Amino acid sequence: MFLVELRKLLRRPRTWVTIGLLAGLPTLVAVLLRVTGVGPRPGQGPAFLAQVLGNGALFPAAALALVLPVFLPVAVAVLAGDTVAGEASAGTLRYLLVRPVGRTRLLVAKLAVTVVFVFLAVLVVAAVAFAVGAWLFGVEPLPSVSGQTIAAQDATWRTAVTVAYVAWSMLGVAAVALFASTVTDSPLAAALGALAALVTSQVLDLLDAAAAVKPYLPTHYWLAFVDLFRTPVLWRDVNRGFAVQAVYIAVFLGFAWANFATKDIKS
Amino acid sequence: MIRTEGLTKRFGRLVAVDGLELDVREGDLFGFLGPNGSGKTTTVRMLLGLVFATSGRIEVLGRPMPRAAREVLPQVGSLVEGPAFYPHLSGRANLATFDAAGPGGGRVDRRRRVDDALARVGLEAVGRRPVRAWSTGMRQRLGLAAALLRAPRLLVLDEPTNGLDPHGMREVRDLLVELVAGGTTVFLSSHLLAEVELVCTRAAIVHQGRLVAQDRVEALLGPTGRVLVSTPDVGAAADLAAGLPGVRLGERRPDRLTVHLDGTAPEALNRRLVDGGVRVRELVVERPTLEEVFLRLTGKDAHVPG
Repeated sequence: MFLVELRKLLRRPRTWVTIGLLAGLPTLVAVLLRVTGVGPRPGQGPAFLAQVLGNGALFPAAALALVLPVFLPVAVAVLAGDTVAGEASAGTLRYLLVRPVGRTRLLVAKLAVTVVFVFLAVLVVAAVAFAVGAWLFGVEPLPSVSGQTIAAQDATWRTAVTVAYVAWSMLGVAAVALFASTVTDSPLAAALGALAALVTSQVLDLLDAAAAVKPYLPTHYWLAFVDLFRTPVLWRDVNRGFAVQAVYIAVFLGFAWANFATKDIKS
Repeated sequence: MIRTEGLTKRFGRLVAVDGLELDVREGDLFGFLGPNGSGKTTTVRMLLGLVFATSGRIEVLGRPMPRAAREVLPQVGSLVEGPAFYPHLSGRANLATFDAAGPGGGRVDRRRRVDDALARVGLEAVGRRPVRAWSTGMRQRLGLAAALLRAPRLLVLDEPTNGLDPHGMREVRDLLVELVAGGTTVFLSSHLLAEVELVCTRAAIVHQGRLVAQDRVEALLGPTGRVLVSTPDVGAAADLAAGLPGVRLGERRPDRLTVHLDGTAPEALNRRLVDGGVRVRELVVERPTLEEVFLRLTGKDAHVPG
């Protein structure tokens, strides 16, 4: 079933257009930076962009910081929101279930494919950004006393952890969207539901009056991966971010399963 | 093959299916009839484990549903409320996708299975065009092909001739008869009464979620007790018929007479008329059409659900 779903994902032009657009945004930013030579002043603008002009090795992290707040979660919410509701609105859900495909099995396959998409999207963005960064800005070793090779390795594992962290955060989004997708038969409504939850979280995160709940908001620690590029690495927020997302993922996948396994399929 | 006991489904306050007792036997071409909103589709969905019953029991192929869905459903082919496909894929790719999604059957024979199913419904020559670009009739055929993909023992079909032209309808009818001859049991939910009358061996009629009739189609279409006599000698015929015990005279036209027989055999009436010198041109034992039976059983308010 997983392979069938994977083939569906990869054969869909929409998947590649989405990933292309995701990788396109940082590329556009890189070209503009290169052509104009005008970067944001240090400490302002999106994370890392100020430093990128001098060192392309930081561009993958900068690219992820660019797509993370809006673009990437929207793409994930749309895709995950479509998983079950899309089949329902097309009518294919009933034919899959009478084939028969067990409901739990179908949900797990959908989740697995969403995970594949999330990693694929994050990896493509990081890889394209690395290539673009290296080409336009050159790869310099990060300022370090231990020498060139160690610095390059250092940047590599930090970027790898960043990719994993961003993907994990997006899985939180995917879990909410997947749950919404089992509730409604409209893929649009499911995506909108997940996005509504994220927007609410982001608004509350800006509000001092909501200080008490901030540490538990799904979006609160999204950008904590910036701490991975400090020396020494500041693990506190990254660890909390992993933990908070784990709770959201577990709870919403549980909801999704409980709802889907007992639902009357009337689509 | 299908047996339900006290099958009931409530959606909130609406009782969609109410104590249904279906009995579909092996080898039946079973017509399942009812007006719109009478609970037909809900029943079909419960049989297939898509909708969960509020109460009552369902047995399909001798096993409880939905508990034994994993063993039962691979032997059941179905078409529920119209076919559905992935519009960007070709017909073949769609069938292959559904085939691969479920259990049973090797990857090796998939191609042959798909080709066989397509050939059965007359789609062997479809190209690589995506289903998006297909006509309604072709999609309907593809839906049937999908139902036949696994050579099922039981076919559950909901309006299989929707959107087909008269040729297509005829082909589907012939296909169903052929399948039943080959040992498949067919459960055909439809409101095309003429179609059911033509092919089905047994039928059930539901109205507002309740079963109002279930029998062999011939029995449902039993004689009305009226005989139509065509003759130029209407006057003489009426006098002679009136002399038989229990007989009432009905409508009278210049060359035709309707006679209500009550216990008298039609052949006895014929003898009396002929012996009495009446020139009988035609004597017909009237049978209702399925439409008449249906309308009588489901009432005038049939189109206003519960």
